[in-house]
Amino acid sequence: MFSYKAASKQHPEKINKMMTKTEKESLADYIIDLAKKNGANEVAVDISLESEVSLQFRDGEIEQLQESQQSGISIKVYADHKYSSHSTNDLRKDALKQFVERAVKSTRYLTADKFRELPEQKYYPKNLGRDLNLLDSDYKNISTEDRLNIAREIHDLAKAESDKIISVAAGYGDAIFSSFKAHSNGFSGHKEGTIFSTGAEVTVKDDDARPEDYYWVQSRFKNKFPSPEFIAKKAAQGALNKIGQSKIKSGAYNMLVENRAAIKLISMLLSPLSASAIQQKSSYLDGMIGKSIASEKLNIIDNPFITGGLGSRLFDGEGIAAKERTIIKDGVLQQYYIDSYYGKKLGMEPNGGSSSNLILNTGNQSVDEMMNRLGNGIFLTGFNGGNSNSTTGDFSFGISGFYFENGKLAKPINEMNLSGNAKDFWQQLMEVGNDPYPYSKWLVPSLVFEGVNFSGL
Amino acid sequence: MNLQDYLNLFGVSQETIRQVITEGLSKGGDYCDIFFQHSSSDYIGLEDNDVNRAHSNIDLGVGIRVLNGNQTGYSFTEVIAPETMKKAAHTAANIANSKSRLEIPVFSEHKPADYYRIKTPWEKVEIDQKIPYLQRINQKVFNLDSRVIKSKISFNNSTTYILFANSEGRITYDYQPMSQISVSCIAEQNGQREQDSFNLSGRRGIEFFTELNIERLANEAVKRTVALFEAGKPEAGEMEVVLAAGSSGILLHEAIGHGMEADFNRKEISIFSDKIGKAVAESFVTIVDDGTNANVRGSINIDDEGNDTEKTYLVENGIMKSYLHDRLSAKHYGVKPTGSGRRESFRHMPLPRMRNTYMLPGPHKKDEIIASVKNGIMAETFTNGQVMIGGGDFTFYVKSGYLIKNGKIERPIKDVNIIGNGPEVLKNITMVADDFQMTEGGWTCGKDGQGVPVSMGLPTVKVKQLTVGGY
Repeated sequence: MFSYKAASKQHPEKINKMMTKTEKESLADYIIDLAKKNGANEVAVDISLESEVSLQFRDGEIEQLQESQQSGISIKVYADHKYSSHSTNDLRKDALKQFVERAVKSTRYLTADKFRELPEQKYYPKNLGRDLNLLDSDYKNISTEDRLNIAREIHDLAKAESDKIISVAAGYGDAIFSSFKAHSNGFSGHKEGTIFSTGAEVTVKDDDARPEDYYWVQSRFKNKFPSPEFIAKKAAQGALNKIGQSKIKSGAYNMLVENRAAIKLISMLLSPLSASAIQQKSSYLDGMIGKSIASEKLNIIDNPFITGGLGSRLFDGEGIAAKERTIIKDGVLQQYYIDSYYGKKLGMEPNGGSSSNLILNTGNQSVDEMMNRLGNGIFLTGFNGGNSNSTTGDFSFGISGFYFENGKLAKPINEMNLSGNAKDFWQQLMEVGNDPYPYSKWLVPSLVFEGVNFSGL
Repeated sequence: MNLQDYLNLFGVSQETIRQVITEGLSKGGDYCDIFFQHSSSDYIGLEDNDVNRAHSNIDLGVGIRVLNGNQTGYSFTEVIAPETMKKAAHTAANIANSKSRLEIPVFSEHKPADYYRIKTPWEKVEIDQKIPYLQRINQKVFNLDSRVIKSKISFNNSTTYILFANSEGRITYDYQPMSQISVSCIAEQNGQREQDSFNLSGRRGIEFFTELNIERLANEAVKRTVALFEAGKPEAGEMEVVLAAGSSGILLHEAIGHGMEADFNRKEISIFSDKIGKAVAESFVTIVDDGTNANVRGSINIDDEGNDTEKTYLVENGIMKSYLHDRLSAKHYGVKPTGSGRRESFRHMPLPRMRNTYMLPGPHKKDEIIASVKNGIMAETFTNGQVMIGGGDFTFYVKSGYLIKNGKIERPIKDVNIIGNGPEVLKNITMVADDFQMTEGGWTCGKDGQGVPVSMGLPTVKVKQLTVGGY
């Protein structure tokens, strides 16, 4: 385990976009010291650096090429239980000093709140030695030409799928980041990692309309992308399949939700689980721990330790040690997401206020098998706007997808709404598929719901 | 502030800027611009009766863009020094690869308009001056209705300074203030909880938050929240929709505004590609996108490509008139830029974006419109919207409204999504009233990962048919 102890409390000489670990530690130490001298009791500092490249290839040429490096410092100040947070990217010596002084000064005007303090030391991780494998060590060797070739190949393959295609935009982006977090009551930790993304957006001709679809993937490693053929086909076929889309009659239908679209539904389920929503009485799941909030088909585990996972971490934004948590077991709510401030207000132990990698249990059937078993219904492949109300559970979303008959896709549909209340909706979950979408930090398979409400004609 | 003040603020000289632009064009690009930005923003928040949280942010940087035909090279740096800027310019320059080198003329100052003067700059307003506003609103909220159990209030303000120069010799600048107070309430009745909110936002100084506006913030937030106890759902399906005056302008933003952004049309991926000059709506329908409205959230003195902003007619008397252009699309179509090139910050390249999008008043009366509805809803408040540019399906989420049966308002409704098709909804606007209102809410529009402040407005409007989510 790494422990940091800086020798000097002087303003470090070297503050730039390439700071080493030790240089970040000295800078954090200087800021904590300065804030304390100005009257803070407790201080948390975050220093982050990131380099990024992104490009887009459209209709035969490079449309956009962007490269940048950025850095930022944020601090949380606690002065006699008064609290404020501040961030800046202006790291010039005088500007930084002024920033810290102003941060402490502005905190003085606020009302003291006895729950405002850094997390207790017992919640910090005991061991930071575990390697979650979040960094592609080959990152430095990637050239602009490599990046361009990925986007160009996806672009060319997608374009070749059909002469009905009007436009293809294929994108590629990657970033490498490092950060350091230090708390004045004894926590510090480094993080570093890489992230890669690529995909394509395809527009096709359909009389007056020009329906579009996209396929986009993310990974910690460049060589973990699916093949360019796969991405190109998914994006192009997605758009081509929309030709002739229209709405169908309003009513209750059985619904199969494609894995990558189902992520939006899980997000709707999770937002009322935050301790702030519970304490502020804006959650329809208030008081539901130990009770059924979904059909017994639903099991959700939050696992921060997946090797190479997009949401993997050893500690969260408050420095609280990550741990594997069961959120929903056989439809029964096990715990909320509790940060330290709202945890104290609620009289509950903090367990980390945000999600990491989510794993839904999977079933043993594919999309085709589930469609076959259902016979008729709506296969939902995309959302278009809409919203949900965490306080009441009401939701209403615009959708697109397909109507299927006798287990086969019958026609593309759009311009329809899916509406309901989450309390009933999650009890209508009948089946989970065998196909978790792997390019997201939330591993969600396709889901089947019984008799949900659609509005159309 | 004059040009020299802006140069001093960023610690640069015209000569340095010239050198950076020269570096940007060193690989044969046909245009280069440089965008300096300094923003400071502050937030204070009240929760559980105390102003017990504050946040501030400082953002400083410079973005350099090089164009080569329709291709864009872009880079930015947060360190404003000659070497770092030249390095960024060198990176952006790589989009081009030819031997030609452009001459950069002597810079000539372009003075921006002045659409949002405020009395006291936000940098001169300390936290202790703002705290009493939140405390007063909080007191009023709890005094108004005993069913209110929680109130959350926030005060946000920001100040942005921009300095812009390009390889055509233009140098210009802008000072952009912004502020917003938001009030959110939770009320409880017989075990049922409801939540709603209200906010006022604009390019305003602290003088905007008068006693009257403080009253409005508290009253509206409570009124909207407790009204939801009586609200239900409409039936699902197609029906007549009346859009109340004001924030219903979200219809225009989603149904037509995005589709009229010229980048989508230049690439032929908008449902409105090839519609200029064609009749798209009844003759009483005129829709504009305007950057010049005094102190309104979406107004800008110059756009983020250094061009003057204007009132652009998207649809005039039912005829489709003009797209919203940035430099690239204006060049493509051979027209004058419309002052619509905007970006979230120096981290992003500019794109054609909306400013304040609204419909001009029409010949009908609000009462006449409601009386004409056999079976439908009136949509009054909204949370968000979205559109598929090519397919044309747009949606917006109605937080509250009313059911209308046989010309009479029957009962309140809540939480329904509405979905329709852009060109079709334009054709289906059958009545437009004379009661135009611009919304004062804090709307932010997202596109390609960039958020920019916008506003919108509408008189009471009737749409013959839209699909309403319900059950």
